[in-house]
Amino acid sequence: MTVQDSIMPHDTTQKSSLLHIYWQRFRRNRFAVAGVFVILLLFAASIGAPLITPYHPGTIDAYHVLLPPSADHWFGTDELGRDVFTRMIYGARISLKVGFVAVGIAVVIGTVVGLLAGFYGGWTDSILMRLVDIMLCFPTFFLILAVIAMLEPSIWYIMIIIGVTGWMGVARLVRAEVLSLRERDFVMAARALGASDFRIIFRHILPNAMSPVLVSASLGVAGAILTESALSFLGIGVQPPDPSWGNILTAGKDYIEFAWWLSLFPGLAILVTVLSYNLVGEGIRDALDPRLNQ
Amino acid sequence: MVTYLLRRILTLVPLLIGITLITFTVIHLAPGAPVEMQLDMNPKVSAESRERLRKFYGLDKPLHVQYVAWLGKLAKLDFGQSFAPDNRPVLDKIKERIPVTLRLNIIALILEFALAIPIGVYAATHRDTLADKGITIFVFIGFAVPTFWLALLLMYLFGVKLGWLPISGLQSLGYEKLSWWGQLWDQAKHLVMPIGVATFGSLAGLSRYMRSNMLEVIRQDYITTARAKGLSERVVIYRHALRNALLPVITLLGFSLPALIGGSVIFETIFAIPGMGQLFYQGVMARDYPLVMGILVIGAFLTLVGNLVADVCYALADPRIRHGQK
Amino acid sequence: MMNRLLFCLVLAVCCPLVSCSTSEPPAQQQLKREPGTPARGDAFILGSIGEPSNLIPLLSTDSASHDVSGYVFNGLVKYDRDLNLVGDLAESWVTSPDGLVITFSLRRGVKWHDGAEFTARDVLYTYRVTVDPATPTAYAEDFKQVKSVEAPDAYTVRVTYKQAFAPALASWGVAILPSHLLEGKDIMKSPLSRKPVGTGPYVLKEWVAGQKLVLEAFDDYFESAPFISRLIYRIIPDSSTMYMEMKAGGIDMMGLSPVQFARQTDTQRFKSRFNKFRYPAFSYTYLGYNLRNPLFADKRVRQALTSAISKDEIIQGVLLGMGQVAKGPYKPGTWAWNPTVKDYGYNPERAAQLLAEAGWTKKNSEGILVRDGRPFRFTILTNQGNEQRLKAAQIIQQRLKAVGIDVRIRVIEWASFITNFIDKRNFEAVLLGWTLGQDPDIFDVWHSSKTGAKELNFIGYRNKEVDRLIEEGRSTFDQEARKRCYWRIQEILAEDQPYTFLYVPDALPAVSARFRGIDPGPIGLMHNFIKWYVPKAEQVY
Repeated sequence: MTVQDSIMPHDTTQKSSLLHIYWQRFRRNRFAVAGVFVILLLFAASIGAPLITPYHPGTIDAYHVLLPPSADHWFGTDELGRDVFTRMIYGARISLKVGFVAVGIAVVIGTVVGLLAGFYGGWTDSILMRLVDIMLCFPTFFLILAVIAMLEPSIWYIMIIIGVTGWMGVARLVRAEVLSLRERDFVMAARALGASDFRIIFRHILPNAMSPVLVSASLGVAGAILTESALSFLGIGVQPPDPSWGNILTAGKDYIEFAWWLSLFPGLAILVTVLSYNLVGEGIRDALDPRLNQ
Repeated sequence: MVTYLLRRILTLVPLLIGITLITFTVIHLAPGAPVEMQLDMNPKVSAESRERLRKFYGLDKPLHVQYVAWLGKLAKLDFGQSFAPDNRPVLDKIKERIPVTLRLNIIALILEFALAIPIGVYAATHRDTLADKGITIFVFIGFAVPTFWLALLLMYLFGVKLGWLPISGLQSLGYEKLSWWGQLWDQAKHLVMPIGVATFGSLAGLSRYMRSNMLEVIRQDYITTARAKGLSERVVIYRHALRNALLPVITLLGFSLPALIGGSVIFETIFAIPGMGQLFYQGVMARDYPLVMGILVIGAFLTLVGNLVADVCYALADPRIRHGQK
Repeated sequence: MMNRLLFCLVLAVCCPLVSCSTSEPPAQQQLKREPGTPARGDAFILGSIGEPSNLIPLLSTDSASHDVSGYVFNGLVKYDRDLNLVGDLAESWVTSPDGLVITFSLRRGVKWHDGAEFTARDVLYTYRVTVDPATPTAYAEDFKQVKSVEAPDAYTVRVTYKQAFAPALASWGVAILPSHLLEGKDIMKSPLSRKPVGTGPYVLKEWVAGQKLVLEAFDDYFESAPFISRLIYRIIPDSSTMYMEMKAGGIDMMGLSPVQFARQTDTQRFKSRFNKFRYPAFSYTYLGYNLRNPLFADKRVRQALTSAISKDEIIQGVLLGMGQVAKGPYKPGTWAWNPTVKDYGYNPERAAQLLAEAGWTKKNSEGILVRDGRPFRFTILTNQGNEQRLKAAQIIQQRLKAVGIDVRIRVIEWASFITNFIDKRNFEAVLLGWTLGQDPDIFDVWHSSKTGAKELNFIGYRNKEVDRLIEEGRSTFDQEARKRCYWRIQEILAEDQPYTFLYVPDALPAVSARFRGIDPGPIGLMHNFIKWYVPKAEQVY
């Protein structure tokens, strides 16, 4: 039973039992649960950073550069003698921040565009969808590169531009949902009751169109983390001395043979985190999919 | 069918205009007039020659006038001169690099589809088995691993430690002296790692899409009917289900290209491959505006063409469109 | 010399090769292999991060272009192994007693790559095109001191200067261009930018855009035909890739980073395949202050900043100890370098005291010094792509924080850096480097007349005594007199601290062991490249 079938989508008892069903389905997907676990761990670590490590991520010790992992430095020290474990934990904050803000921007823009296009149809739809098509023609990374290099690699510009180049998928998904929801009885009922367009869009349609957006958001965070690491490799990601996994990985790339710890740990961290977000996203998609009635 | 084609080609025009508009806007976001860059380390150039150059590039006119002027030149395929000290026409520089990038990315694209589709089908038909789970993790790792990290690790393993593959570039130094077959083999050796890295990263999206399409198609009534009719599972899956599941995947062909081209910046830089991605990065860092604008427009245009081709293939494949229904 | 100063500001990335020196021979490992017999053949492969832009040396400023064109062209004079000026295309020269006229006797029988004869006409043409206002070159400054250039006959050139100019002789080390191919034509449109024709030991044979440049030995080279038949530049934009190529045998020489030199290449295997060399480079890194900014106007503040920084720490952390402290704009060991200059060493207490004297007595809640309600905060700009400078900046940031100064670091890519920040004087402090030329004349960087827009004294240093000493130093040929001027200048700079001079790094090249004939000297490695060879049995290409 899905939300779309009911006439009164605000029926809370149905909704909570629905959520329960989704959760049950999700829980059966062990990968997805593992992913959630990793993400929660990451959050905890980044919030509790000062409690976990006594070092400060910026403390330079020029006389002890590039030390291998030891009891004092679990992940070794980097090219300026800073503790790598500490920088990884604080870097998690930045990676997560970039991911969430960028995706937030993408979701907001994409949802608004999708809602408007789907609801109003006609010229609005045509123009907005043309815009989506045009944006999709550009190699996204090229656009991001051009803007960041031409402005400056501040963390805000990075977040904004990743968001501004990533909303198209969300827009399409939301539009598709809105198109199918638009004809539903509950919308007609609301209209008959005299509700304004705005109210219909935001109170009735939006909550029900959000499920594919969740999936997109999860995958989007993963993508944003990868994009930041690519930008760091090119020298225009998060700038030192602020730590990010991308720039730690880049700093270590010249010493792969010798200072393997500078490459292994951030690389693994990015890998595991992005993997987790992907698995969670897929898990949500599978759980929410009304067609998978098994 | 023909009307469909015509209609599709007509929609190209507003899209092209939109592409140029966005390109123009993005480049002019940056502060600092473009012409300053040309005269960077030259203290001898006086203020008047600077003014002269400004007028020459039309930079003293308002933005919309500049845009229209640029558009006009584009229509004549004049992309302007590069701002780099070599001053060559932008189109020449891009033309040099397109074959390499296209070759690399098309091979990667073919490989991607050739691998992802069977993977997706297999995962769908063996749903929830260990194989399915294993495949899932494998393709997701491909997506999740940072490209340059993987590239460096592979380079180190296969190039330095094992010495099986060349580390960078497109050809070995004695290339000219090799036989036809030797040359092909040499090129192949150089492309293994770059294409491998590019493909590995892109398998995830496509194979998952294929998998979910197959799953949906398999559940349809006509598949149940086919099974009820007693057809073998093989025929059911490969003749009936696959064809239908494949159709929407074709449309993805068009959009896979910009994703690959975008990613090419990283691995072209690492593998020292002189393609469009590397040129774009260098152009952006050097504030070579005409070059950057040229590549953005051409890149987007290539995608447009790719989509058109994909749509035509789709139209050919889907009988509903072929025979004139909407 | 000035020209090299100029274009070396452009060096954005650690370049693979710096051919510079000290007065002692470079430290190196014993060349392990037996010399064997000289033989023709083989190829020498180099990696280049950037691609050359223009192979006419007059028109380009990037190091990639100059590396390649250095093998294709000659100047009238050049520096030999021990840093003496010797004749290149000029066989000998005579300077008039008042120093205003230099008469060069040119070598005869020198051929251009296309077979034409080299004559005085080429020298005249080179001079004229350099000072021509229509030629966009960065290297005209030295030739502008010339009053006239004449060619009494085909093999004699007489140069007259407006006044005595010490760097004059060295300035004729610039590449001489072929007049028979360029005269009367627009040099900006010349095909020679991609297919140069010179008198040098190598001829550009092939340039595959984006991939490689192949140079072949010029058998009619006037000195002697090079042994190594081919010189190949491979364009490899990423430094980690280049390092791996070297280890896999794909390139034959590369400048190693300190970490690579000290920690990654100590294996038996590496040492048997490569020879490593180490010698002080001809460059220094500095932190420059914008003297127009009220923060840095008081020299006590600058002295305090220098006292708060530990140069030794920077050398340890950034260079792993492979470098020397810099106290002025001269390379330790050269004749112009003053070893007696007292330096503001690392002394945080004195720093705090000096700051207090300058009015910085109070600290705010974050521990930052404040004066009249404004905190002591500034941004250090440095260029992108230079890992060493970025590391140095971070070390400085931490040290200054300890005395209550808040420093931000901003990395800007080169094109924007010059135009938007340096030229517009839109900066507070910059962390950059200068390449040092052989001649100690420092007019372009330190004279107060060079503070205009786009000129090199961009920090705005104005000191009448230094001005006078610079002018004196460049207008006499007496080395002792010049030395007195330059030594005094270093004392004044040490007191004024317009820059915090940081370090002179060591150059750390590694070369494939199969190359014999390498003779490291004060000028570096490449001076006798045409004499290098690979014994027949070991030739690879």
